[in-house]
Amino acid sequence: MIFRLQGTKTLTMYQYNDTDQTLVDERVAQFRRQTEQFLKGEITDDQFRALRLRNGLYIQTHAPMLRIAVPYGLLSSRQLRKIAHIARHYDKNYCHFTTRQNIQFNWPKLEQVPDILAELADVQMHAIQTSGNCIRNTTADHLAGICIDEIEDPRPYCEIIRQWSTLHPEFDYLPRKFKIAVSGALHDRAATQFHDIGLHLVNNDAGETGFRVLVGGGLGRTPIIGQVIKPYLEKKHLLSYLEAILRIYNLFGRRDNKYKARIKILVKESGLDNFADLVEQEWLLTRDAQELSAERIQAMKMQFVAFDYDADAGQDHSFAQYQQDQPKFATWIRHNTVAHKMAGYRAVFLSLKAPDVPPGDMTDAQLDAVADLADRYSFGQLRTTHRQNLIFADVKQADLYPLWQQLDALKLATPNIGTATDIICCPGLDFCSLANASSIGIAKEINEALDDMDYLHDIGDVKINMSGCMNGCAHQSVGHIGILGVDKKGTEWYQLTLGGSSENEAAIGDRLGPAVAKHEVTQAITTILDVYVKQRLDGESFLDMVKRVGIDPFKEQVYATH
Amino acid sequence: MQLIKDRHIIDDTWRYLADDAAPIDGDITVSLARWLNDKAQLLGHQGKLGVRIGPSDSAADLADDLAHLQLIELDFPDFADGRLFSQAWLLRCRYHYAGEIRATGHYMSDQVFYLSRVGVNAFKPEQAGHLAVELSHLNDFTVQYQKSVN
Repeated sequence: MIFRLQGTKTLTMYQYNDTDQTLVDERVAQFRRQTEQFLKGEITDDQFRALRLRNGLYIQTHAPMLRIAVPYGLLSSRQLRKIAHIARHYDKNYCHFTTRQNIQFNWPKLEQVPDILAELADVQMHAIQTSGNCIRNTTADHLAGICIDEIEDPRPYCEIIRQWSTLHPEFDYLPRKFKIAVSGALHDRAATQFHDIGLHLVNNDAGETGFRVLVGGGLGRTPIIGQVIKPYLEKKHLLSYLEAILRIYNLFGRRDNKYKARIKILVKESGLDNFADLVEQEWLLTRDAQELSAERIQAMKMQFVAFDYDADAGQDHSFAQYQQDQPKFATWIRHNTVAHKMAGYRAVFLSLKAPDVPPGDMTDAQLDAVADLADRYSFGQLRTTHRQNLIFADVKQADLYPLWQQLDALKLATPNIGTATDIICCPGLDFCSLANASSIGIAKEINEALDDMDYLHDIGDVKINMSGCMNGCAHQSVGHIGILGVDKKGTEWYQLTLGGSSENEAAIGDRLGPAVAKHEVTQAITTILDVYVKQRLDGESFLDMVKRVGIDPFKEQVYATH
Repeated sequence: MQLIKDRHIIDDTWRYLADDAAPIDGDITVSLARWLNDKAQLLGHQGKLGVRIGPSDSAADLADDLAHLQLIELDFPDFADGRLFSQAWLLRCRYHYAGEIRATGHYMSDQVFYLSRVGVNAFKPEQAGHLAVELSHLNDFTVQYQKSVN
């Protein structure tokens, strides 16, 4: 269904039908009843904990935290305005974008959460299964449908998986949380090798498109790269194969120790071959009863058809002229926009990593303004990325200059996408009850130390990921530079790693050496970057240099100065 | 004691037989271990037979015996242990068991909707006061996204 909006604009994202709407409405009613029962003392703390987590509600250091699902990172301007409204009326005028493309509110009141969920249901959103030991929001490539290296758009399959996994009666009390990511491109931007299940759309020898299935990847305390369990799975078997994996995991995953309960441990302890055999036996018994019909797939694809692009968009000459005349604009184009499969269009990153702003945070005023810009310049849609930025995916090149000016005024045009100040960061001690470290403060310090944009751009592609504790919400183990907060006798220390990557050449970073004190972190980072600048080969990226020389040259300098 | 069966509140006629207890007349449930040990003797029992299974038991162990069993009781030691949801699914879909599957023990009243979807058709809450609540929770949702037993 293509939903007409404001005359010329069309939405090509999944639109709820009566079943979808009824389901979220009934879920809100259920949670409202559960909350009332809890407040009256009719259900225990333990029971309510399980129920509220499955509706995205954590109890944090200062207040509850509510995590809202953004299925595969896709949002409409209408939904974004609702997020702004919730930030204004139920929170402290801001929200936080997470590493799994979701949105978090840090200050909701428990009694008001059912109302917030009802507001979300009004715009076809929910918080179902955004936490708890169940199947979480399915994530995808943030450039899905528009990138030039795509085999097939993964979003129709993400939506099919979203529906299958939502309120799945058999798999809501798994040994531990379960995350699925889907990529349809040659370049893996969805970190599929670090998910419980990673799906890659691939072509087989006959030229047909299906899925390569990876299993047992994950970050957190024990980072493990996923392994291929099925090199090629026909599309019609997608759900039956997922079901087989989930059933084996549900029955045999460890439940004696929460730190060994993820599927990666089951795969590791049983061995991939044994695990794959169990899944295969299960799948052969069920696959015929769960086939995805070609009609169902086709109908879902129709929900994600390409926009009505202007075939003449590439004829515009102002874009080239503005780049020539305005070096700042040209710099922004180079760092914060990427190519689009349609000539005359580009995808624009909105940087949520401005200096002085906690990474991934946005105010209600920014949210409203961005919704307006999305309507004006990008078909009323936007996307969230797992590096905690936003994207306008479909901007005409002639619109880039005025868009840049307006984003700049909103402090959303810092030209640092993919650079050392585009830091992935968890909320840390400021909000999270698990954290050992003040991640946000450190990110700010690093941002201040790297305020020279020319230097930053010269360094180029460096991904810094910082987590406040072993749970690794900010994926520090796959950062080119990883920073992990650890507690030593009540003081904050930071463990550094180098050489991690969540992309095609997946790697887990190597530990640089002993943890450094809080006041030494920023200096350690700048020292690492200086070593790179001095010792790199011509055109060599940071990650390539770490692979070539190992960690020793960095280690010598970082610990020499301490 | 009362329980919910097929959406009705009825009296529970079943009696729990401990592993070391002497056989008694009437409708009895035994543990899976006792069933596997004493099957020959139990098959001569006057009255209906049921087997209790826990999360670490395997429904497959009962696959050949299901014709003799009128009840399989899923005994939840902890509501967070979801293995029994898959066991119920296996009993219905894989082994085509048509008798009563009953949830007992520490399941949550808020889980009865999911339990009914994976094939559980009877619920015996720890507190009799929860019967009416659980009956209403069976109607929490009128729509569903995926196949299961129901």
